[in-house]
Amino acid sequence: MNDNKLKDVQEHAHGDSLIKITSKPSGAADHPVSRRSNVNLEVLRERLEKSKGPLYWKSLEELAETPEFKAFVEDEFPERTPDWLDPVNRRTLLKVMASSMALAGLAACTKQPKELIVPYVRQPEDFVPGNPIFYATAMPSPGGAVGLLVESHLGRPTKVEGNPDHPGSLGSTDIWAQASVLDLWDPDRSQVVMRYGDISSWGTFDGALAAAKEESSEDGGAGIAILSRPVVSLTLAAQVEAVKKALPNVSFHQWDPAGRHNVNEGTRLAFGAYANPVYDLTKADVIVSLDSDFLVSGGGHVRYAREYADARRVRTNITAEPASKADRQEGFQTGPAAPFRNQASEHVEHDDSPSPKNVVQAKAEGKPLEETTQNRLYVIEPAYSPTGASADHHFRVRASEVEGFARDLAAAVGVPGISGTGSPHHAIAAIAADLKAHRGKCVVIVGEFQPPVVHALGYAINEALGNRNETISFTQPLEAFPVDEVQSIRDLTASMNAGKVKTLLILGGNPVYDAPADLNFGEALKKVKTRIHLTAYNNETSIVCQWQLPEAHFLETWGDTRAYDGTVTVQQPLIAPLYGGKTAIEILAALAGNAGKSAHDLVKEYWTARLGENNFEKTWQIALHDGIIEGRLAPINVSVKPPAAAPSAVGQGREIIFRPDASVLDGSFANNGWLQELPKPTTKLTWDNVVWMCPSDAQQLGVQNEDLVAVNFQGRSVEGPVWIAPGHAANSISVQLGYGRTAGGRIASGIGYNAYKLRTSDALYHGTGVEIRKIGKRYPLADTQLQHSMEERAPIRVATIEEYKKDPYYVGSREGAEASSTSLYPDYKYEGYKWGMSIDLNVCIGCNACNIACQAENNISVVGKEETAKGRQMQWIRIDRYYAGNNLDDPELLFQPVTCMMCEDAPCELVCPVAATVHSGDGLNQMVYNRCVGTRYCSNNCPYKVRRFNFLLYADWYTKSLEGLRNPDVTVRSRGVMEKCSYCVQRISSAKILSERENRRIRDGEIIPACAQACPTKAIVFGDINDPNSEVAKLKRQVRNYGLLEDLNTRPRTTYLGRLRNPNPDLEGQKG
Amino acid sequence: MQIFHRSANSISRVSIVAGVLLAGAIVALAYTLDRGSYTTDVNVVKAQPVPFSHKHHVLDDGIDCRYCHTSVETSASAGIPATEICMSCHSQIWTNAEILEPVRESFRSGKSLEWTRVHDLPDFVYFNHSIHLNKGIGCSTCHGPVDQMPLMYKQNTLYMDWCINCHRQPEKYIRPRSEVFNMAYEPPRDQLALGKKLVAEYHVQKLTDCATCHR
Repeated sequence: MNDNKLKDVQEHAHGDSLIKITSKPSGAADHPVSRRSNVNLEVLRERLEKSKGPLYWKSLEELAETPEFKAFVEDEFPERTPDWLDPVNRRTLLKVMASSMALAGLAACTKQPKELIVPYVRQPEDFVPGNPIFYATAMPSPGGAVGLLVESHLGRPTKVEGNPDHPGSLGSTDIWAQASVLDLWDPDRSQVVMRYGDISSWGTFDGALAAAKEESSEDGGAGIAILSRPVVSLTLAAQVEAVKKALPNVSFHQWDPAGRHNVNEGTRLAFGAYANPVYDLTKADVIVSLDSDFLVSGGGHVRYAREYADARRVRTNITAEPASKADRQEGFQTGPAAPFRNQASEHVEHDDSPSPKNVVQAKAEGKPLEETTQNRLYVIEPAYSPTGASADHHFRVRASEVEGFARDLAAAVGVPGISGTGSPHHAIAAIAADLKAHRGKCVVIVGEFQPPVVHALGYAINEALGNRNETISFTQPLEAFPVDEVQSIRDLTASMNAGKVKTLLILGGNPVYDAPADLNFGEALKKVKTRIHLTAYNNETSIVCQWQLPEAHFLETWGDTRAYDGTVTVQQPLIAPLYGGKTAIEILAALAGNAGKSAHDLVKEYWTARLGENNFEKTWQIALHDGIIEGRLAPINVSVKPPAAAPSAVGQGREIIFRPDASVLDGSFANNGWLQELPKPTTKLTWDNVVWMCPSDAQQLGVQNEDLVAVNFQGRSVEGPVWIAPGHAANSISVQLGYGRTAGGRIASGIGYNAYKLRTSDALYHGTGVEIRKIGKRYPLADTQLQHSMEERAPIRVATIEEYKKDPYYVGSREGAEASSTSLYPDYKYEGYKWGMSIDLNVCIGCNACNIACQAENNISVVGKEETAKGRQMQWIRIDRYYAGNNLDDPELLFQPVTCMMCEDAPCELVCPVAATVHSGDGLNQMVYNRCVGTRYCSNNCPYKVRRFNFLLYADWYTKSLEGLRNPDVTVRSRGVMEKCSYCVQRISSAKILSERENRRIRDGEIIPACAQACPTKAIVFGDINDPNSEVAKLKRQVRNYGLLEDLNTRPRTTYLGRLRNPNPDLEGQKG
Repeated sequence: MQIFHRSANSISRVSIVAGVLLAGAIVALAYTLDRGSYTTDVNVVKAQPVPFSHKHHVLDDGIDCRYCHTSVETSASAGIPATEICMSCHSQIWTNAEILEPVRESFRSGKSLEWTRVHDLPDFVYFNHSIHLNKGIGCSTCHGPVDQMPLMYKQNTLYMDWCINCHRQPEKYIRPRSEVFNMAYEPPRDQLALGKKLVAEYHVQKLTDCATCHR
């Protein structure tokens, strides 16, 4: 090639790249530009108000029928952004095509690489390769631990399940427990002891600690301060006591940025001493939540969700009509060649002809219709929480006005010494009447982010209604040293500023990032000579500390922790610390003079002392096996005194509400990709925090979704994108904590804005007088609700319980839907098992636990924000959120989990050119990854939009530590492969193999898919619908059973039970 | 007008025949490569840290398969013996044999022996030993006459067509459960009759669903 030609080519390429740049999609990372259309809220409001009947809408975009929404309905992936990073011209395209043609066949001809087998030298007892072992432990959490059974494959913890024997779990988990296993294997964790940015060692640190101790031993450790998260662990508390004994003048401080200190302070205000409220919702017919998201967060929530759901589940003895449908209700015939006689067939009259009259119609089990009851939930809150979405009555009240509401409610139920605000909310009378009608069988729950006075009011209301020791009881506090945490960190900052602190030991947490902004903790910290941070991640605080000590994850070290009711679990490690991390227990023991003792020894020592040496080893082994070492705390007697009569002043102006994020909480889970990509329950946003406001506020401010606004509060300012959240209180905005990190891992840092910058110690959770200013820029957000849109008119069926009693068939299958399900082909006879799933929308609380459990079980990849925005997220379950009603500002909110429907007549199977998705003999719609060539026809033809395609190599094949995380029973998918919910076929297989070995049928409930296992309310039930006595078959006979899009004749195996509401007749139709 | 010379006729005939032959040759070559030992590793002995002889241990010493492959009846994986299992005998016999030094070294140092896998299924195939034994599929059905192998090699391709052959017609290969570990088992003349009887007795299902092995 001569020079001229070379020059030509270069110019040509240059010219191409210019075009490339000008035509570059504007959504690229370096130039984030929002492409969301503006929505005319006024027009929407009018349109909604004019419409009649139940109207479901997923988003403002859908309601406005914006081009983006239409594009998503018409085309699953409207954005055909080229994925090549290099500019592609005709020449390179031809080259790529030619080489891929040439290599297409050859790729299959590779020789298998050499693989090693590395057996044990001494195989541990019970370790069987291929069979997982489960160990009982617990995940510490400020409001009460969730007891866990953790699955271990040859010493690798891969999946977390709830411990059915643990009162805080009852076999279920929450999203944080499910995601904790990813935190363990996170490659970004703090991995070595660092001193001034250099690698050091524990030995050097122990020396330094001893020196610091020596230095201040004369004045009893007066120069040493310790900052910890609230201490719930008993062994840790013992170490704190030991330190105080050795160095009496050490100052000990506790701080949790979004913990339970308001609950604690509330009890102190009400009883004069700290206590821990424990609710019993099984006995509560009426529940009033004052800004409490008790179903999904705040401690004890996994337990409370189950109790709530059990009181809400409805089963009636009405069979699903019409008769012809019952026949189709998958006749439980077994063929002569069936390997086992179906238990069902043994007591069902039956011959082989499919004539309907021979199929005995099994009766639905349950209460008579007229006896059907449900609990009733009122939620008063400023911004929709999942609990609010579950409510029978949801009232949006500004956070600062909840106190007034509580006062009016207290006055109305007759709490002595409390007078109302004078202008009570219109619902007060009805709620109070309902409460008074259910004395001793109702409960008022106050949210942990409401000020102490509201808690005290709540306790007074419960007392007045005779609920104490019925639906609410009190125990000693869970914390070993309950304290006013705001005062505690304020004191610490003051003594740091005064130069009194020579050595500060920060045990976990991230105070530089999350301490109240007015304290200027970061500046004060710099005045401390020796700063030590025990930390899981090198975060904002560790950066300014000389010593960074890697903290052991709870799955790799010993400890103990209390559940919501005080039950103690010994936290048992599943694996030795991956990076030699230590715990606060060990650090404090070292400070107390017990350096070198392991956490195991310290925990065991503590419990030997507590339980006595007599027969201890046996007790210990049983405790480790069961996951409980000490039962719940005994209820204590309290005397409730109502709070001061004078209500707190409510400031004028717009209110700002600070709340931990629904996924990453206060920021401690910010480096967890599963949680970042988990659509937040009510907004369905991922990867960001936003400024929520209701449509009327947005209109007033002239802002749209994704508009960047400056939020000014008390002279501090941050910039964040707006998200219009129907159902938010008016004249109020919400910001979420936990984002805007500058350190703390590759995922955590650099996303969202930091709302802590606005948060001061006098307005921790809300304050008034915030100013919002549009700054004229936009910021693209990745919300998932536009994506995977179905065209269904009534995806969710809802009725009130009265309507249901009048016409039980109202919520179930619509008439005529089944009539269309005729086929030219004979039905396939399922002779063995026939798997099916039932999802009860009545008890689904939208908590996302199923979603993340599925992700953990099935090795589902994280794709990142940009890919999520393109509709390419991989989660196999999505939880659709619908707004209902014709009030734009205050709609109802409904959830619907959508998995693969395992259609009997699956549209996806018909269009696959390579038979990569086919039906199995037990009715599963199987996805065969190694056959898939990535045409995506199946996904295109799926009316439920539940198939997920690996557009790129999403699975991380190269990070070593993530290999330990993976479930060995599920293939890790590669690029170009379709995937979808499999009903956890690996669990079906292993149960099947076990049952075959034992020569029996699989028992009902023996197979629990990951989603159903995690579900706190047990809304998801899986089983064999060939067996009429199985739980799932019984549920499918319920009259509320219906299939999604069933008029398409896909005959879905996953069906739903319609939702029932139990509104107060006095309040029906009232919102506000 | 004549564009091509007359000889073009011959050239074209020859090239058509040659083309067909060439295509055939390529197909034959590809097939031979795919089915041959080069790709399948059938009958190929692999280098191992210790030249372990199944022949000696099974045939000469009469040690049962399960003495070493302990989890074969209870797990997906048959289990490769821990060094400890080797040493349970070899701490008493052949204690000074040069050839066993790697085993003793492993036991001393606590560092595992690293064997090269002989029967290597692709990662997207999920095979379970326990259920096959339980349904009357003998070790030698898949692994061949292990007791005749001084050094371990693969008897079968473990290709999917080979697997599915039995999944479709288990009666051809099934044997009584009592004979599963019998290396010298000879199928009876009326294998099909026995097979059909056993298939019914053991509730053997013709599992040809994809998800049986792929998930």
